[in-house]
This record gives sequence, C-alpha cells and structure tokens, in this order.
Amino acid sequence: MNPQILGVVVMFIATLLLAVPLGRYVAKVYSGEKVWTDTIFNPIERFFYKLSSIDPKREMNWKQHLTVLLTLNFIWFFWAMFCLLNQSWLPMNPDHNPNMTPDLAWNTAISFLVNCNLQQYSGETGVSYFSQVFGLMFLQFVSAGTGMAAAAVVFNALRDRTSEQLGNFYNYFLKSCTRILLPVCILVAFVHLFEGTPMTFKGIDTLTTVQGDTMHVSRGPVAAFVAIKHVGTNGGGFFGANSAHPFENPTYLSNIVQMIAQILIPFAMVFAFGFYCNKKRLAWIFWGVMTAGFLILVVPAVIAEVHGNPYISQMGISQPGGNMEGKEIRFGATASAFWSIATTVISTGSVNAMHDSFMPLSGMNMLLGMMINSFYGGVGVGFLNFFIYVILAVFIGGLMVGRTPEFGGKKIEAREMKIAMIIALFHPFLILVGTAIASYLAAHDTNMGWWFADAAGKHNASGWLNNPSYHGFSEMLYQYTSSSANNGSGFEGLTDNNPFWNISTGIVLLFSRFLPIIGPVAIAGLLAQKKFIPASSGTLKTDTAIFGILVFAVKVIIAALAFFPALALGPIAEWMKMPH
Amino acid sequence: MKKEQKENLFNKELVMEAIGQSFMKLNPKYQFRNPVMFTVEIGTFVMMFVCAWILSGEKSQGTFIYNFIIFLILLLTLLFANFAEALAEARGKAQAASLRKTREETPAKKIAVLGNMFINEVHIVPSSQLSKGDMFVCETGDIIPTDGEIIEGIATIDESAITGESAPVIRESGGDKSSVTGGTKVLSDKIIVKVTTEQGESFLDKMIALVEGASRQKTPNEIALTILLAGFTLVFIIVCVTLYPFALYSKTEIPISAYIALFVCLIPTTIGGLLSAIGISGMDRALRANVIAKSGKAVETAGDLDVLLLDKTGTITIGNRKATNFYTAPNVAINELIYAAMLSSKTDTTPEGKSIVELGKKLQSENEFTAERFEKYQSEIIEQINFTAETRSSGVNLANGIKIRKGASDAIKAMVLNAGNIFAAEIMTIVSKIAANGGTPLVVIEDNKVLGVIELQDIIKTGIQERFERLRKMGVKTVMVTGDNPLTAKYIAEKAGVDDYIAEAKPEDKMAYIRKEQNLGKLVAMMGDGTNDAPALAQADVGVAMNSGTAAAKEAGNMVDLDNDPTKLIEIVEIGKQLLMTRGTLTTFSIANDVAKYFAIVPALFITSIPALQSINIMNLHSPSSAILSAIIFNAIIIPMLIPLALKGVAYKPIGASALLRRNLLVYGLGGIIVPFIGIKLIDLVVTLFM
Repeated sequence: MNPQILGVVVMFIATLLLAVPLGRYVAKVYSGEKVWTDTIFNPIERFFYKLSSIDPKREMNWKQHLTVLLTLNFIWFFWAMFCLLNQSWLPMNPDHNPNMTPDLAWNTAISFLVNCNLQQYSGETGVSYFSQVFGLMFLQFVSAGTGMAAAAVVFNALRDRTSEQLGNFYNYFLKSCTRILLPVCILVAFVHLFEGTPMTFKGIDTLTTVQGDTMHVSRGPVAAFVAIKHVGTNGGGFFGANSAHPFENPTYLSNIVQMIAQILIPFAMVFAFGFYCNKKRLAWIFWGVMTAGFLILVVPAVIAEVHGNPYISQMGISQPGGNMEGKEIRFGATASAFWSIATTVISTGSVNAMHDSFMPLSGMNMLLGMMINSFYGGVGVGFLNFFIYVILAVFIGGLMVGRTPEFGGKKIEAREMKIAMIIALFHPFLILVGTAIASYLAAHDTNMGWWFADAAGKHNASGWLNNPSYHGFSEMLYQYTSSSANNGSGFEGLTDNNPFWNISTGIVLLFSRFLPIIGPVAIAGLLAQKKFIPASSGTLKTDTAIFGILVFAVKVIIAALAFFPALALGPIAEWMKMPH
Repeated sequence: MKKEQKENLFNKELVMEAIGQSFMKLNPKYQFRNPVMFTVEIGTFVMMFVCAWILSGEKSQGTFIYNFIIFLILLLTLLFANFAEALAEARGKAQAASLRKTREETPAKKIAVLGNMFINEVHIVPSSQLSKGDMFVCETGDIIPTDGEIIEGIATIDESAITGESAPVIRESGGDKSSVTGGTKVLSDKIIVKVTTEQGESFLDKMIALVEGASRQKTPNEIALTILLAGFTLVFIIVCVTLYPFALYSKTEIPISAYIALFVCLIPTTIGGLLSAIGISGMDRALRANVIAKSGKAVETAGDLDVLLLDKTGTITIGNRKATNFYTAPNVAINELIYAAMLSSKTDTTPEGKSIVELGKKLQSENEFTAERFEKYQSEIIEQINFTAETRSSGVNLANGIKIRKGASDAIKAMVLNAGNIFAAEIMTIVSKIAANGGTPLVVIEDNKVLGVIELQDIIKTGIQERFERLRKMGVKTVMVTGDNPLTAKYIAEKAGVDDYIAEAKPEDKMAYIRKEQNLGKLVAMMGDGTNDAPALAQADVGVAMNSGTAAAKEAGNMVDLDNDPTKLIEIVEIGKQLLMTRGTLTTFSIANDVAKYFAIVPALFITSIPALQSINIMNLHSPSSAILSAIIFNAIIIPMLIPLALKGVAYKPIGASALLRRNLLVYGLGGIIVPFIGIKLIDLVVTLFM
C-alpha cells in the first residue's frame, strides 16, 4: 500500500482502538462509578462545591439542566469579552498586542464560547498570552465540557425507564472537563513537547539567520493550547496558520496525534452512549452510519487531491505529489485531504492546509461534512445533532412498519417532532440566508460603509471576495456553513475581519450552537418523562443495519435537498467546468 | 354494508361527486388546514398574476402560453389532491348513506309518560322527535326508530340492515342483550324501549359524521406528520427564496415560473395531497369491516396494540364442548358403553348430549354395529332426569327398570360407592387423564355399575391458531379469558396457541390484568358485551363492544363491532397498521422523488449561464422549459395515480418490523428515487413532441 494511504488507515484504526475503551471509561464517569482519576479530583471538587454551596447530587430535570447550561455560558461570554477588550493592559502580554476591536472581540468571544473557533484574527499579533490561556483556552475546555455534559443528559434520558430526574449538570460538566478532557489533553500536550512544540510565556524571540538577517519568531504556551484545541474539537489555532504552522504541528507524528486527538472523543461519545444505556449494538450502528458518511466524503477528497489539479496537468506539468498548492510538504496530499474532511465532519475546524486551494470536489465534501454536521460531529454536540436525525428517521421508519413511532420505548409525538423539525430547519436556514445576504450584496457591489472596508479602504461588498465567480460563491457559502456547523475552519480567501462578517457570523454562531443543544436535550427530557414501552416483535428495531441505512438516507436526503442548489452554483459548477 | 360487496374504487357516481367537491375545496380557508397544499395554492395564485402581468405587456417572464400551462398544471395538482380527499369522503358517505336511509323519519310509537306512570296512550311521532329518556313501543314488523334499551319484553330482531347477518337475534330486557339499534327490524313479539341517546348522537350518527369527514379531528400521529411535512415545506421556501440572490450573483435570470415550479416540485405534495384521504379511508376500511370506530385515534391505536384479551367461548372455541371419545371400564364391551351413552342422551337437548349421540352414531356405522344385539336396551324411556347443579348428573330410566346415568366423576363415584359397588382404579386413571388433556370426563353407569367414560372436549375453531400466529408476528400477545379451571385453561391455551390465559376469571380479573399490562407500558385491547365488562372496556386502550351488548358496554368502549365477531380485533389491528404504513410509505416516496426533480430542474435553471451544469442533466431532458414542465406534470399526475393505494392502504404482512422496513424502504424509498427519473424522462419525450 502507498505509505501515505497506509498512514491515514493506521491513524483511523488507532483512533477506533483507543475510542472503545475510552467510551467505556466515559460511560463509567457519567454513571458515577469510581474511576482512577477520582482519587486526584474528588477532594479538589469537594472543596469547590462546598465553597460555592452547589450540591452535585441534586437531580435536575431537563429545564433545570438547560438553565444552568445557559447561565454558565452567559457568564463565560462576558469574561471572554473582558479579556479580549482589555488585553493590552492585562498581564502576560510580552509582545504588547493591542486590545481587540469590539466587533472582533464579539466574534472571537462567541466563536470560542460556542466551540467553533472561527478566527478572524491572527494569534501572533491579535491576542495576549493572558487572553490565549485564561480567555480562549479556558473557553476551549468549558465549551467542550458543555457539549459533553449536554450529551450526558441525553444519555441519561434515553435509559429504559420513566423519570424526570436526569442527573446534575454541574457534576456532568465538571467531570467532563476534569475526568475526560484534562487527562487526554495532558497526554497529547506531552507528545507535542517532545516533538518540538514550544511551551513558554516568553515573548517573540529574535534570532539571526545564517544569511545574517534578523528574524522574529512568535512563540508561547502552544503545546497546552494545541492539546485542548483538538481534544475538545475546538480548532482555534494558537498561531494564525493553525496546524499548518511548524511550531503548532511540527512533524508527521504530531500530525497523527492531532488527528487522533480530534476524532477520539467524538468516537468515544458514541460508544459511551452504548455502554451507558446498555445499547452497545445501537452504538455500533450509529458509529457505522457516521463512518459510512465519513468514508463517502473522505475517499473522493483523497483521490481528488492525490490526482492533482487538472489545469496544471493540462499544461503538461507532472504532479507526483498531487495537488500541493497550499499544503505542507511534511504532511503530503493524502494526510492533508484526510485531515480536511475529518476536521469538517467533526466540528474541529483546525486546518493543516489551505482549504481554499483544494480541488472543488474536496471543497464540496468539506461543505457537506459541515452541512450534515453529525458524521461524528463535535464533542457531545455531534451526538446531539445525530440524535435529531435519529428522531426523524424513527418517525418515518416507525410509520413504515405500521406503529406510531417510538425510540427506546418512548413514543415520538407532535411535540418532539416540532422541536426536531425546528432544529433540522435552522441549520439550512442560517447557512442559506447568510449566504444569500452576502451574495446579494456582492452581486450588487453595495457600498457597505462602516460595515466593510477592504485593504485598499474601499467599501464595496464585492471586495470581500478574493476569487470571482463560483469559487467566490463557495467562499461565502463556506464561511456561513462553517459558522452554522460551529466548525470554525475557513475557506480563507475571504476578507472577513470586518463588522459585516464578524457580526453576522457571530449571530449565526450563537443560534447554531445553543438551539441544537436545547432541542435534543428538550426532546430527550420529554421522552424521559414518557411511559416506557417494552419492545415487541412489531416494534421498529433501531439496532439493525436497515435502520442504520434509514438514518443515513434521512441525513443525506435532508442535506442534499436543502443544499443542492447552493452546491450546484459553487463547487459543482467549478468542478464541472474543469477539464476531465 | 357487507364485506363481500366488491365495489369499484372509481364508481362513476362517486367520482362525479368528488370532482364537484374538488373545486369546492379550492377555498383557501379550507386549504389552510393543510400547509403543504396551501403553499401550492399560493403558488398557483402567483402564477395567475404572472399570466396577467404578461398579458399587460411584461416581457421578462417568457411566453404567456408557457406560463399559463404552468398555472394550469399547478391548478390540476391542487384539484387532484382535493379529488383524493373528496373521493375518500364520498366513499365514506356512500357507506353512511345506506345506513342513514333506514333511519330517516321512521315512525315511532311513543309512549306518553306521566311521572313514573306509563299512560297507555301511544302517539305516532317521527323518530327525529324522540329524545333521550323517551319510551316507545315496537311490535312485529316495526323498524326500531333509534338506539335504545329494552325495558320490557323480548323480541327477535333482524339486524341485517346493520350487520349484514341475516339470522335473527333475540333481545330481551335485563341482562346483557337488552340494547337495540336504530334501523333494525322487529320480527316477532312486542318490546318497550327506552331511548338512550340524543338525536344525532347515536353511534351511527357519530360514525356517519366521522366517515364523512365533517367532524374528523386530526389524530396525534397525523398532527406530528403534518409538522414534519410543514417543516419540509419551510426548508424549500428557504431554498427557493435564497436561490434568487444566488442567481443574481451568478448572473442568471430566473423567471418567476421556474421558482414556483421548483418549489412545488420539492415540497412533499404527494403525501400532502393524500394525507387526509388516507385518514378518512382508514375509518372507511374499519366501517367496511363492520366496525364503528368512535375516533380515528382509536383505529391508529389499534395498530400499536401489544396485548389482546379474548374470551374463550365463542372466540377461541366454538360455543360448546363435544364428545370426542369413549373409554370402557374393565370387562365392558365398547358397544355396550356407546349404546348406553347414546340412550342416556337421546332425550337430552343440550349441545353436549347431542354431540354424544352424534359421535355414537358415527362409531356405530364405522363398526357396523347394530343396537339389536342388546335386548336390554330395547325398551321405552319412561323418565328423563335432567342435569342439576346438586346431582351433577343426568340420565334416563327405561321401562324395563334399567337406570342409566352419566355425570361428573366425583358425583357418579359417590352413587357407585353408595350402592356398594366398586369404582375401579382404571376409571380414575382415565378420568384424570382426560382432565389433564383439557377435556371434561363424564362417567356412565348402568344401575350403579360403571360402564365407562365419555370424553368431552372443547373444540378449537379451525384456523384460530394461524390467526394467533399472525398476531404474534405482528407483536401482539394474546390472552385467553375463561371461567374454566386452570388445568383445562392451560391445555386449551396451549392447543389454541394463545400466549397467556386467565383461568376462573371474574370481571375484576380482566380489569386487573389490563391494569397490570398497562403499567408495563403495553397497549391493551379487549372485547366485551356485558355491563360488567364496561369498566374493563373503558380501561382498555382499545375497547371493542359487541353491537349486541348492553348500552353501558357500548358507551364504555371506543369501537363497536356490528358483527358481534370476537375475532374482529385481528382485522382492526391490521387496519390500524395499514393506516400508519400508508402514511409512512407515501411520505418516504414523496421525499425520495425530490432527488430526480432536482436533477431535472436545477440544470434547467442555470444551463444558459453555467453551461458546465449540463453534465448534471443526467436524464438528458430536451430543453430547460421541457424539463420544468415534465417535472411539474410528473408531480401532479403522481397524486391521482397513488389514490388507489391511499384508499386501499399499503398491504400489511406480518413478517416482523425489520423485514417490513426493509421491504417498504426498497419499494417506496428506492422506488421513490428511481420512478420519477423514468417518469420525468417519458413525460419529457411526450412534451417535446408538442414544442
């Protein structure tokens, strides 16, 4: 086998082998069984619970869970805004980076709060170490913890019983952070230290090169940052170039570790569901559906990238390395293509190559990964998004076997359908409406005034596009898709650090983060209250391959139906136009 | 009303009525109930304005003819959907009309009442003037004017107008057979009946209203499905509206007609148009099975049933026990036993007695045996001793002094021992063997000496095992309710293939069993007829009352079975499942259709400005306008083509849920993707001919 292909296959299998035991561990953590990390954290937690007079054993219903979740997030948002707007005088700013503008701070605070990490600034010059560590890195931990805790509530609600008591949010949240995220992060950070990633609070280093030039090298507490960036599927890079930066992702090995780190917990959460609810077969079916979707997206992307750019081939230039524009030599076309799809199906959004320079087909698959947003998906929230499609599939499938639909012994009725439909609707709504507004402005070349100015100081809307035509359309579509999927990767090529893009994507981010958490938790909470109906031979069995196919079809058809025209005008048109 | 009535789905009269109704239903106020079709109607109005706009000189929207054709096709789409609903309603109405005919203005002999006294004065009033609590008299030949309860008298009644069953039934005051139904005819005797329902509220009235669709409420499942469909409609509103700026950006001019066509094609019009027809025809199918459902929800619930409570007698076994075997005592010839047994039953009119004679005769002819060989039996019967609860035996005394008795083993044993004779151990063995096999042993003695034992057995209805097997495959557990002792009950339960039984059952036991299953989250159905069944009927999720039952029972249940056929529940379960399946499969089909429609319309929209998109015109449709026309024509005509399926329901096969899902996904999912590719291509070929 081609060693590059072998590399990604090994990466994938290694992730799976690690994810199954981790899933069992996660299930233990949420079900309150004793785990080895308790010895370390229990005393510390007890102290803080006592200090804040929170009772981690108080059972909450779904509404109480959501109240706590939203309140905590609300507070964190203000903390992040404070850091970013005052970083110039706050400590730990050796490079004297200035305060952020309010619209950029709004976008950045929201985007880290919602686990998206859309970055319209560059880490080297845009933020201080204080903001990086106490603002952004803190949010990377707690936003991942929030998603996982919400998933834990849903797991609890899906057990075979009738109850309103769905555990304690503080308990789930804190345990997600300390028992799951932190240990994995420490491991990942250590590997990076050995691979050469910097971990220091010193400012920019100045050195003289062999040629006698002076070079300024940015550094900082990168190893710690990179770990949670991937483990928590956040994706916000320490440096502007993200994981393409030689400090942030120095070697092929560190690339493998980052790859594994970002897929690991999304895998593990699916298995954790299986262990926790004792529905292991169903968990494997879910994982199978996700993997099928992932493979369908990743294989054509790898082929397209390895094949190289047909325009260049047409000129008679050989491309032995594939399409290498915008890619790092140390990773190569295959691993970069694999990464690009992994980072988009999962809501990480960290990049190790320039997505703008990928072949149109790969670009489309990245978009599809984010449009579906639950072929694995982000930590915790990926499972929640998937759950919505499961509800829709159960409804249609249940009818098709002649029973009023039920999932896990609970009837799916009008109320649950209403919530599921709203959540399923909102994603295409945010993406398409956002892109529509941007395209309308670009088509009319509207003068945007305060809202937008390009490098030359012109306020015309078409100025935010670096590429004309279909590719330009893809850039806008990608930006809103990435926001709505809470992904955070950029197609780049879009001039996006300006009030128009900062504010509009910020709004999209807020809606697309919290609605898909509120919706599934509400559905699960409502289902948990319902009478449990034991399965009979007339019940639609969900842990079967045929149900898996149905879920897959529902996901693909809903995404295909909503986004087909948009894709046709962007990547498909570009792809069709290419010489074949 | 009879099931066998094989009528044409597209009966001419019904079709004519439905066509008229389809135009009436274009009223937006009416369409608003159905979000999918309502948006189609808005689209149709928009196209009407576009046509008018073009006539006033607008040039950017293409030719008038083309736009007008699109307007017409959209209108047709609406009419087809209305037609489906109207046809379902018309069929229901036709059913109801035949019932109603008998009920209109039947003269009633109303009895004037003064306080608690009847005044012997009878007024002839139209049935419509009777109200609840009134009394009326019915004599031979009278049609009973309305539903009621017999308070005095007994009569044979012909219920064929309602049940289709020509054999007359007996109804009498008091007890469980006291209720009469309006529209039935008194064949003999005279009864006084008290009206139990207000005008327009009798079961038939309720059912007629339900079937006609007038008072049809959307069921919870229908509401949930409507939400799903409304959601899809909203998605496509977003898709089509945002397409406008997208097209602006890619410098494409898209006429309004193309947006509307794309939108109407994408929203799930197929299921949206057929949804209410499916619901109405579910009620209608129940009615065709001679079951009156009090609500659509009850029919739906029936599809979900987990547990079915059935009375043994009359449902699982034919009413009575039958003699199946003779066993002789030591040193008694088999023929002697047979002849004595037959003689003892000769004047016995009970079904058991008759069956003994029957079996004896059969064995006689097989053994070529003649009675003459037993001279002692050639004597007159001078006395017939009937069965009583005390003696628990019966028999005859012959003129020559011989006394033959047959009866329960312990009663007979006492007689034998009292007379100083021995009761052989072999007999005891036979007796217990028969009991263990679910039979009833009758010991026969002649002058207090044991001749042998007759075995009586419950006869299980032929084909009942298959029906239970079918239910089991549907996931429904069957429970037999019987007054028998546990041993017999167990045997019959095993033989009939029911999953569980309640032996020595009292009415409270039924109730307790239902509660127990419901606490486990199961849905329970039961059938009953007596007043003491009423609480259990009310408690059950689906309570089916026999039409012959008491008013209380009928009031408590949520369905009434006009045929009084206890196995009807099986059909009801299937009707419920069919109803849901038809909805599910047509939804899947409708949504799967969109894939092909996209491939037809999207290239057509952009082909001029983005020629590269020609490669996704995989159907190779002739031109953009023919592609759009073909897609919306397909979208329209698929509705009437699926009307038969919507009205008859998707066939239910009890093959297990996963197999069923596989089958339906293959047929309606995969089929739903493939069929429109072929259909649109064919229509395109035809449309091209005219262009």
